[in-house]
Amino acid sequence: MKTYLPPKFFVDRDPSRCIQCQVCVNQCTFDTHYYDAEDDEVRSREENCVGCHRCVLFCPTHALTIRSNPLDYRENYNWRPEVIEDIIKQAETGGVLLTGMGNDKGYRIYWDHLVLNASQVTNPSIDPLREPMELATYLGRKPDRVEIDQNSPSLKTELAPQVKIEVPVMFAAMSYGAVSINVHQSLARAATEAGTLWNTGEGGLHPKLYQYGNNTIVQVASGRFGVHAEYLDAAMVIEIKIGQGAKPGIGGHLPGEKVSADISMTRMIPKGTDALSPAPQHDIYSIEDLAQLVYALKEATNYTKPIAVKIAAVHNSAAIASGMVRAGADIIVLDGLRGATGAAPKIIRDNVGIPIEMALASVDTRLREEGIRNQASIVISGGIRNSGDVAKAIALGADAVYIGTAALVALGCTLCQQCHTGKCAWGICTTDLALTKRVNPEIGARRLVNLLRGWSLELKDILGGMGINAVESLRGNRLHLRGVGLTDTELEILGIKMAGG
Amino acid sequence: MAQKVHSRKANSVVQIDAHGVFYRELNGRLRDIVSNGTRKIELRNVYGQRYIGTDLHKVVEIEIFGTPGNDLGSFMDGPRIIVHGNAQDGCGNTMNNGEIIVHGHAGDTVGLSARGGKIFIREDVGYRAGIHMKEYGDKKPVLVIGGTAQDFLGEYMAGGILILLGLNLKQGERHKANYIGTGMHGGVIYVRGDIDGYQLGKEVGVAELGEEDVQTLGRFVSEFAAHFGYDAGELLKHKFTKLFPLWLRPYGRLYAY
Repeated sequence: MKTYLPPKFFVDRDPSRCIQCQVCVNQCTFDTHYYDAEDDEVRSREENCVGCHRCVLFCPTHALTIRSNPLDYRENYNWRPEVIEDIIKQAETGGVLLTGMGNDKGYRIYWDHLVLNASQVTNPSIDPLREPMELATYLGRKPDRVEIDQNSPSLKTELAPQVKIEVPVMFAAMSYGAVSINVHQSLARAATEAGTLWNTGEGGLHPKLYQYGNNTIVQVASGRFGVHAEYLDAAMVIEIKIGQGAKPGIGGHLPGEKVSADISMTRMIPKGTDALSPAPQHDIYSIEDLAQLVYALKEATNYTKPIAVKIAAVHNSAAIASGMVRAGADIIVLDGLRGATGAAPKIIRDNVGIPIEMALASVDTRLREEGIRNQASIVISGGIRNSGDVAKAIALGADAVYIGTAALVALGCTLCQQCHTGKCAWGICTTDLALTKRVNPEIGARRLVNLLRGWSLELKDILGGMGINAVESLRGNRLHLRGVGLTDTELEILGIKMAGG
Repeated sequence: MAQKVHSRKANSVVQIDAHGVFYRELNGRLRDIVSNGTRKIELRNVYGQRYIGTDLHKVVEIEIFGTPGNDLGSFMDGPRIIVHGNAQDGCGNTMNNGEIIVHGHAGDTVGLSARGGKIFIREDVGYRAGIHMKEYGDKKPVLVIGGTAQDFLGEYMAGGILILLGLNLKQGERHKANYIGTGMHGGVIYVRGDIDGYQLGKEVGVAELGEEDVQTLGRFVSEFAAHFGYDAGELLKHKFTKLFPLWLRPYGRLYAY
């Protein structure tokens, strides 16, 4: 069948610069560039280009420019090129449209409508360069009150397990299988160096990464891949994954192309099969059942570590979160509408779930109203782009955030959204051993640590500007936020005032 | 708190009266006893305590008299549990190694996501038994069910061996489970007695037993027979059907790239 799909991108090769070195041919994993031996010339098959810009970055003479195909159909706001092309794809394949990364649609990004406060005249701002500034955060259940032994200055109250992170930014769950071993290693090393946590995702933990256990969150999801006593014991936190922002309510199929020999080993499934994560966890059909798994994991680790429960942000998140806390979750994780994925049906990614800002505000409010906010830490994820977003999230009520996409961008990702193909030219979202080498764990870890250092410095600047010297004082402190360009309803849900008010 | 611990030095069996003991305390007690070197424990008057056998990591035998609660042996790694009574839901949940022998029925999701070890249930099991069992190399879980099963037996199976014997079915009575092996992409199911095509998931193939199958089946049916006092030879005389995954990628053609 002749495809009616036009190329997404045009490849402009400047003949005066191109030296026929074929770096582009070797770097492209989508067979866009090829060498025509007969004419002794490097050429392009533009229909294959995904716009990842790997070739552009590696071309030694800057001979390549990748441009969007203008696709100047007759103007139609309703029937945009993306809509037309999706229909063409389905007419030609009869399948579910698959995609990678997070929702790329124009839903309102509330972070961009929130502004932060600063001290002027009536209280002094603090200069973080010269004064102590605390970003350390403790995750885990906090007691309703503490009792102190008056004779010896020590705590009488027995505390639930707490995990300290030096900066309230952690690396989000990305499974081994979705991303490469070198990405896992980069994240693990960076988390260790920066004093934060990384998350294995649901594909188990490669034996050589157990050494980073003190900075590891292990995930238990519906597929139960790689879950065993040693795995649970290795971690600082165990996270039960109920849902994911990119695909709330549905399971996951890691395509067989990515199930290599090593993935087969860690997941205990046949090589080349699709790794199937059922939509529900079949031992959890209710809050009571969730409690059963939470306590199964607490029993399995003798109550030594916090248990997190991750859900996608959906309409009734606040009520669900209340149930989760009552089911024994020590940390609740909310993944919003813009949360990313290694593979999800496009129609789900782009249409299901709610913005994380709204979910966070409503969950924090609800738990406070019920007097149980102290019983669980709140971690959010799904579209955190910079330290400004982090500060706003904390002011809205989060204890910490997860970053996934931002971390991958630090490693080279350009959001070409081809994660599901397993062909990632940047060597990130692939299990192809040759491609995996494109991420050097040492350099990868350095880039990630640098990112966290930059954000930490900025967070301290933000806090200092507000006259606050500890991130704890910002948590849930919504008076430090004002809204810009928001309706009364939006302001009410976010629990903030309009700018000027 | 009616809890008594008798230590009989002669055969070093520790007895615990679990009457009225909360599971956290009971399991804490088991942890202590096992780490002290005890290798045989008898739990009397068990009434629904959950997670028995979790977090012990030792080859220890636990004999349970009564009704253990949900998630018996979840994440279990090593122990051998014998239940004189019925097991509830989630028996052997994500079990890694060890053995569970139930002289009675078991509830839903027996052997959910099991990674290794063996589970023998003398009577019937509930829904989704053996769901998403896995295997790698020589780690291969085995689930043998003496009675019959409810729907979705062996759903999403990615490995392991599941044997359904139907010993309590009356003459002419058939297994009633539907959607057997739905989403199956690894492992094998052996069913004693007749199964109709409509009872199977779309991803399941039916075959006669090969030589290797006969050996595997013989081995685990014999173990089952030894546990519950059956004659293995008699059990194996009956016709068995082998169910296997038709495709490595049951949902591989679902997507447009």
